[in-house]
Amino acid sequence: MRNESLILLGVAIFFGIVGVVYWFTSYEDGGTTMLVGTCLLGLLPGSYYLFWHRRMGFRPEDRDDATIEEGAGEVETFPSSSIWPFVLGMGAFMLVLAFAFGMWFFFPAVGLIVTALVGGTAESRRGGHV
Amino acid sequence: MTDVITPTTTGDGAHGPSVVGVARHEHEEHGPTGLLKWVTSTDHKVIGMSYMITSLVLFYFAGIMALVLRIQLATPSSSLVSFAQYNELFTMHGSLMLYLFAGPFAFGGLANYIVPLQVGAPDMAFPRLNALSYWLYLSGSITMMMGFLVAGGAAEFGWVAYAPLSNATNSPGVGPDIWIMALVLTGFSAIFTGVNLVATIFYLRAPGMTMFRMPIFTWNMLVTAILILIAFPVLTGALVMLFCDRHFGTHIFSVQGGGSPNLWQNLFWFFGHPEVYILALPYFGIATEIFPVFSRKPVFGYKGMVFATLSIAALSTGVWAHHMFTTGVVLLPFFSLLSLLIAVPTGIKFFNWIGTLWRGQLQFSAAMLFSIGFLFAFLMGGVTGVMLASPPIDFFTHDTYFVVAHFHQVLFGTAVFAGFAGLYYWYPKFFGRMLRENLGKWHFWLMFIGFWVTFMPQYIVGLLGMPRRVAIYPSYLGWQSYNIISTVGAFIIAASFAVLLWNLWISWRQPVPCGDNPWDAHTLEWFTTSPPPHHNYSHLPPIRSERPTWDYHHPDSPAIAHGEGRPPRGDKVLVSS
Repeated sequence: MRNESLILLGVAIFFGIVGVVYWFTSYEDGGTTMLVGTCLLGLLPGSYYLFWHRRMGFRPEDRDDATIEEGAGEVETFPSSSIWPFVLGMGAFMLVLAFAFGMWFFFPAVGLIVTALVGGTAESRRGGHV
Repeated sequence: MTDVITPTTTGDGAHGPSVVGVARHEHEEHGPTGLLKWVTSTDHKVIGMSYMITSLVLFYFAGIMALVLRIQLATPSSSLVSFAQYNELFTMHGSLMLYLFAGPFAFGGLANYIVPLQVGAPDMAFPRLNALSYWLYLSGSITMMMGFLVAGGAAEFGWVAYAPLSNATNSPGVGPDIWIMALVLTGFSAIFTGVNLVATIFYLRAPGMTMFRMPIFTWNMLVTAILILIAFPVLTGALVMLFCDRHFGTHIFSVQGGGSPNLWQNLFWFFGHPEVYILALPYFGIATEIFPVFSRKPVFGYKGMVFATLSIAALSTGVWAHHMFTTGVVLLPFFSLLSLLIAVPTGIKFFNWIGTLWRGQLQFSAAMLFSIGFLFAFLMGGVTGVMLASPPIDFFTHDTYFVVAHFHQVLFGTAVFAGFAGLYYWYPKFFGRMLRENLGKWHFWLMFIGFWVTFMPQYIVGLLGMPRRVAIYPSYLGWQSYNIISTVGAFIIAASFAVLLWNLWISWRQPVPCGDNPWDAHTLEWFTTSPPPHHNYSHLPPIRSERPTWDYHHPDSPAIAHGEGRPPRGDKVLVSS
C-alpha cells in the first residue's frame, strides 16, 4: 500500500506548499482555507495507508511477482441484491423535495431513511437478502 | 442473499489461467426478477449500465435544448423563445451536460462498469453504496428536470449560479431551489462513487496487478475520484449556504448583511475548475486505452502518462480563480502561472498519444476515429485555454463567445469524442455483440464536420464582441452570418446523433455476435467473457505487465512492461499475427 499512500501524501505536500505560497502572496483567507483543507484531505488517508503499509508490508497486489494463488482466501462479502439502497435513495429524494415544496414531504422522507438504515444494518448483520 | 467469494486455487499460474474466485451464488435463481431485480441489483455492471443509459437520455435532452438555442440565435431578434425561456434553456443545457451527462457517464457509467473488470475485482468495494449513488443520481436528475414543470420555470442563472443573481430577490420561485437540491443529490452521488472507486482500486486489485500495471483508464479514474473528493464537498457546502441565504435569512453571499458575493465565485470555482478535469481525465483515459489497441503497440510512456495525470489533477485544483480574473480581487500572477503550467503535463500526454500511434499498425475502427477526433478537438480547445489563462487576453474575451467556443471544444472534445469512442470500444464488452462499424464512421464524420462548423465561427464572433447568454443581438454588427454557420453546424451534429440512435437500434435488433475479445485488446477486462458473468471472473491470467490479456493470448510476444526491456527498433514482434 506504499504507492497508494504516497499518492495521497503527495496531495498533502503539494497543497501544503501551494497553500503557504498562496497565503503569503495574496493574504486571502477563503482560498487558503480550501487549500489547507485539501492538504488535510490528502494527509489523513495518506497517513492511514502508510500506517497499514508499515504493519502489513507488501500485499500480493503490490508485488510484481505475485501469483494469482496468493489471493486465495475470502475476498469480501458482496451482497448480490438489496432493496435498501433504493429505499434510502427515495428517502433522500423526498428529503430534498421537502426543502423545495414544503415540509410535509419531510415525514415520509424520515420514515424511508430510518427504515432503510435499520433494514440495511439488519441485512448486514444477518448476511442475507431481506 | 449474499455471495461469498471463495477463491479456490488450481493451475500453476505461470502457464495457465488459475481459478481465482468461485462465487457461491446458488441462490441467484431464487432472487427477485423483472423490475424488482433491476431495483435491487448491486451488481456494478447493472448499475454502470443504468448510469450510462440515464446519462445518454439526458445528453439527448440537453442536445435538443442546444438546438433550440441555436435556432434562436440564427436570426438577430428571433422570438422563438422568450428571454426567460432562453435563460432557462441555457441554464439547463449547461447543467444537464456538465453535472448529469459528462461526469456521470464517465465515473458513474464507464468507470463503474470497467474499473472493477480492469483490476480483476468481483465487484465494486461497496456494492450497496454504489446502488445508492445511482438512485441519488437518478432522483437528482428527475429533480433537475422537474424545474420545467414548476411555476416560474427552471433556474435562469446559468450553470454557475453567481451571487447575487441567484438570491431570493433576483431569482425568486421554486425553480432555483429545485436546481440547488438536484445538485445536492447528484453531488452526494458523485462523492459516494468517488469513495467506491478509490476503495476498489486500492483494495480489490488482483495479485500481481501493482499500481504501475493498472491500465491508464483505471489510473485516470483513481485520480478523478480523488478530485471528486476534493471538489464536490465544496460545491455541496456552497449550495447549502446559498439555500440558507435564499430562505433562512443568512447573508453569506450578500453585501447588505456583510457577506461577499465573491465568496460564491471562490467556492464555486474551487469546485468548478477541478470539475472540468473530473470531466476530462476519464476521457483522456478512454483515448489512452484505445490508441494502443488499434496501433498494435503498448502505450508509449506509461509512467509519463501517470505522472502527467497526477500533475494535471494537482495543478487543476490551484487555478480556480482564473475564471475570476475580471472580478479584480484575485491574484493574477499566481493563477495565471499555475493555469499556464497545466499545458506542460497536457503536452506530455499529447506527445505520448502521438508516440503510441507512431510506427503503429493503425486500424481505423470507429473507436479509433473518435479518439483521433478527440486529439484534434481537445488540442484546439486546449490551445485557446492557454490563451485565456493570460489575463490581458482574458480581460477582452471574458464572457464572450470566444469563451463559449473554448469550453465547448474542450468538453465536446473529451466528453463527446472520447466518450463515444469509449462506447464503440466497450459496447462489445457490454453485450457480446458489435455496433455497426460503418454507421459508426458516418456518426464520426458527421460529428467531426459539425463540430468545427459549429464552434469555429463562435471564436470569431466572440472576438468581434458578441457576449454570451444573450437571446437577441443588434443586426448591424455583422454577427449574424457567423451565427447562421454555427446553427448549421449544430444541426449536422444533431444528424450525427440520429445516426447513433439508428446504430444502437439496428445493432440491438439484428445483433452481430462477436467473441469475447473482438479487438484483440490488451487489458484485463477483455479476458473474461462478453458480457462478463456474475462476479466477473472465473479465471485470471498471470499478471506480468500492464497488458495481461495480450500476454496470455500472445505467449510468443514478450511482455514489454516498462523496465523489462524493449524490442529493438523496427522489431515486428509486437505485430499481431
